[in-house]
Amino acid sequence: MAINFDQALGIHPQALMLREKRSELLAANLANADTPNYKARDLDFKAVLENTRNTLEAQSMERTQAGHMAPDKQLLGATMMYRNPQHASLDGNTVESQIEQAKYAENALQYQASLRFINSKFSGLMTAIRGE
Amino acid sequence: MSSMKIFDIAGSGMNAQSLRLNLVASNISNANSVSSSIDQVYKSRQPVFAAELRNIMEKNNAAGGVNVLGVVESQAPPVMEYAPNHPMADKAGYIYKPNVNTVEEMTNMMSASRSYQNNVEVLNTAKDLMLQTLRMGQ
Repeated sequence: MAINFDQALGIHPQALMLREKRSELLAANLANADTPNYKARDLDFKAVLENTRNTLEAQSMERTQAGHMAPDKQLLGATMMYRNPQHASLDGNTVESQIEQAKYAENALQYQASLRFINSKFSGLMTAIRGE
Repeated sequence: MSSMKIFDIAGSGMNAQSLRLNLVASNISNANSVSSSIDQVYKSRQPVFAAELRNIMEKNNAAGGVNVLGVVESQAPPVMEYAPNHPMADKAGYIYKPNVNTVEEMTNMMSASRSYQNNVEVLNTAKDLMLQTLRMGQ
């Protein structure tokens, strides 16, 4: 019986990848906190993960030529969304540092959670292999 | 790890904010540089930020850093002061002071330093996460 890593690890590698992408997005929001007209963006994690799961099961299309168009505003099959600011600012910037910081911290924690899941799966596999 | 882009993003943010801090320092230190002609007087300098459009256009790589477009000089008129006894005074007895608003510059400095801190925090967290990822499975 072969070990199937995809089955053993479940959805967690994809979750980890998405968390990383999201941390990039939130970092970009924070870095552009003083850029005029910058619009803060985020992705709906649940919808994205659901989407990723479906595309993993189904056949996904690939871009094999430089001229092929990328899907519009998509990241791993999810639409990026603009955040609704609580307070409008005069220069058109919609980044609210405190909110972005909170989201970033939340995302970092969730990343660690995903990492811990993967680690425990690995240690489970190791135990199985050693047969201790 | 597929990319180290988050370091670039936070780094570009830190870069932009440190330029802003530099300009604030330049403005404040020159706030009292008196000149005897309206052309030579120091003018307040401000940075212009823009989001990196290239990354946003490449729709899959959605996150982008900060791009510093350049530095502009404030167009506000310099302060004229009638001081005929001043050694720098021109023929009419006026000296010219820079159009630097010190209060504005101080708030600018606070904002820049907070934003810089934010970026450093992002960088530190990302570094921690990446180190943990490197230890995966151990």
